[in-house]
Amino acid sequence: MNDMRIVERLVSTNEIKIAARDVNVHYGSSHALKGVDVDILNGHVTAFIGPSGCGKSTFLRCLNRMNDTIPSAKVTGSILLDDEDIYDPKVDPVRLRAKVGMVFQKPNPFPKSIYDNVAYGPKIHGLTRSRAELDEVVETSLKKAALWNEVKDRLHAPGTGLSGGQQQRLCIARAVATSPEVLLMDEPCSALDPIATAQVEELIDELRTQFAVVIVTHSMQQAARVSQKTAFFHMGNLVEFGETGQIFTNPHDPRTESYISGKIG
Amino acid sequence: MPLFWTFLIVLAIAALAFVLGRRGAVARTAGDSRQLHSLPSYYGWYSFILAAVPALVVMIMWIFVQPIVVEMRTVSALDLPEAVSTADQNAAMRQVRTVAMAVQDALASGAMTKDQLAAFATDPAPMGQALRDAGSSMLVTVTPTLYNAVDVYLGTSNMLAWIMTVVIIGLSLAGVFVAISRCRPDFRARNAVEKVTMSILVMASVIAIFTTVAIVVSMVFETTNFFSQHSWIDFFFGTTWSPAFQGQSQLGLLPLLWGTLYISFIALLVAVPVGLFTAIYLSEYATRRMRSIVKPLIEILAGIPTIVYGLFALITVGPLLRDYFAQPLGLGTSGSSVMTAGLVMGIMLIPFVSSLSDDIINAVPQSMRDASLGLGATPSETIRQVIVPAALPGIVGAILLAASRAIGETMIVVLGAGAAAQIGLNPFEAMTTITVKIVSQLTGDTDFNSPETLVAFALGLTLFVITLGLNIVALYIVRTYREQYE
Repeated sequence: MNDMRIVERLVSTNEIKIAARDVNVHYGSSHALKGVDVDILNGHVTAFIGPSGCGKSTFLRCLNRMNDTIPSAKVTGSILLDDEDIYDPKVDPVRLRAKVGMVFQKPNPFPKSIYDNVAYGPKIHGLTRSRAELDEVVETSLKKAALWNEVKDRLHAPGTGLSGGQQQRLCIARAVATSPEVLLMDEPCSALDPIATAQVEELIDELRTQFAVVIVTHSMQQAARVSQKTAFFHMGNLVEFGETGQIFTNPHDPRTESYISGKIG
Repeated sequence: MPLFWTFLIVLAIAALAFVLGRRGAVARTAGDSRQLHSLPSYYGWYSFILAAVPALVVMIMWIFVQPIVVEMRTVSALDLPEAVSTADQNAAMRQVRTVAMAVQDALASGAMTKDQLAAFATDPAPMGQALRDAGSSMLVTVTPTLYNAVDVYLGTSNMLAWIMTVVIIGLSLAGVFVAISRCRPDFRARNAVEKVTMSILVMASVIAIFTTVAIVVSMVFETTNFFSQHSWIDFFFGTTWSPAFQGQSQLGLLPLLWGTLYISFIALLVAVPVGLFTAIYLSEYATRRMRSIVKPLIEILAGIPTIVYGLFALITVGPLLRDYFAQPLGLGTSGSSVMTAGLVMGIMLIPFVSSLSDDIINAVPQSMRDASLGLGATPSETIRQVIVPAALPGIVGAILLAASRAIGETMIVVLGAGAAAQIGLNPFEAMTTITVKIVSQLTGDTDFNSPETLVAFALGLTLFVITLGLNIVALYIVRTYREQYE
């Protein structure tokens, strides 16, 4: 815990992007998430921490309705994105996922070229009118993901041929290309080495100027390094949610303190 | 002593060896089996193997060698002239064997005693009748030379059989002693048994390979035989198939090859879309319950014998196509047609394509689906743009494997497409395939020296080369596909 540094960063806005109230998730008969209330702010990185199986990934997958793809999952409560309930029957989950992008734990580029990987989202949603416009979207997305300089000469090489860290940044570029408003990241660095991790973390900090970023992580140091808000989950409950500095230095709940200091989890 | 009894005795000795080896090893540690290198039963199995395997191997070799020795001694007893031809010698040997068999049967059933048999030595002429009275159906007249040869034949066989029994049982017992003396506590019985297990597995796989090689060699042999009697230009480039057993037959491969490819093409036209869409539905859309019902039902199709499909083609599909399509459209009046056979064969191939493609689609990692759905793609966009391209090499492999089955299919074609060898584009006309002609050239009374019969082997080899080529391409594609994800 000695290398943990709390970085206070300027946060420009405080407007609420996503407001979740009393969210419950059941997988068949198991109650995976119990009455969670969380506000995700624009321009912030919000970190979800907690031991394995605590419900943090489950909650993340509620935010873009990826739980819909699991037949046994049942979600109740309300999640408002810009004051609109995303579980309202009128909302098309497919459109929602274009607005709420997701980066997964393991880099999962499609077995296509680097260019086609990034262009996938814009093509599906018809976001561009010409080839030149698409080229531009691909370029800016790769630049946002800090990958442009490394791949600009081999855009048509397969995406699976990149290194692990590059693949993960490619996946970030792919998610960014649909110009989402929120970016969900499910342990994006757990399959990466320390150098690639540092690059992705730096990237996350830059991305929060454009999107609300939510990151699930097992590494408390990472949560402390990249986030402004931290939520601690334990056994399906949201134990504590607050400023990252406060959570790590002065937790209110004894469970948070014992997790932070390494006694549980 | 019959072979079967020898075999049982060897097994009994080996079972005894198991008990002795196990006990001996344990006894040498004064009852504390923890001091043994291996578990006690491994010492038992080691002894069992040593008692059984060498004895049985010798037995098998003996079975192969014995007839050769017997034959050599009998031939010299027959006293044939120096310049005798192989065919004559074989005919003489056949006679000896027939009589010997009859004598053995007569002795075994008690219709003739050994003394009676010996009495024929001076005058063997009535022996044939005596054997016929004893129930034999052989018609050979027994001459003194033949009697002599039969005597030598039976004597040698008997003697060798006895020697074999003694040698094998002796070998088995020797194995027991060697095993027991080796089963000391520090002996690595476990490793020894492991080695034997491995060699059994190696042998099993070698058998399959050897058989394939033997099949190919015999085909190549007969095919060269065919080409020495018939022009290869006519075979490969001839467009007429009209075998005539009086000679002057035209044996062109092309009409048969055309029929084969045409029918297979129609079959794939049916099987590939239906099978592939089924696989996509089952792996991407169906609920677990639906899948558990539909998948076995489809696989039942794969269990139906092809002759039943053939009957379906002959009785139902053929007349249906003729009455509702071919005749109203003026395309033909034949119930047997390329279309009938192709459609039914396509139905037969559906489960083949669907279950292979299903496995391949399921092998595409879930993370690919998550990535695509997470970007806001619908399930069908995900399937079209991510899953099918990722699974494509495997699907192509599955289709090629299905194609090689279609090419080798016989029964459905016989009953569905008829036996008329011709080249044409009308799918409502009767045509036929390579496999059907192989069957028709080899059934009935055939002389294995005429080109009309031998052509079957050339056809078979051609078919083999085509399907082998398809299978190699399919396996190559499937393998490159697998490398992508593992």
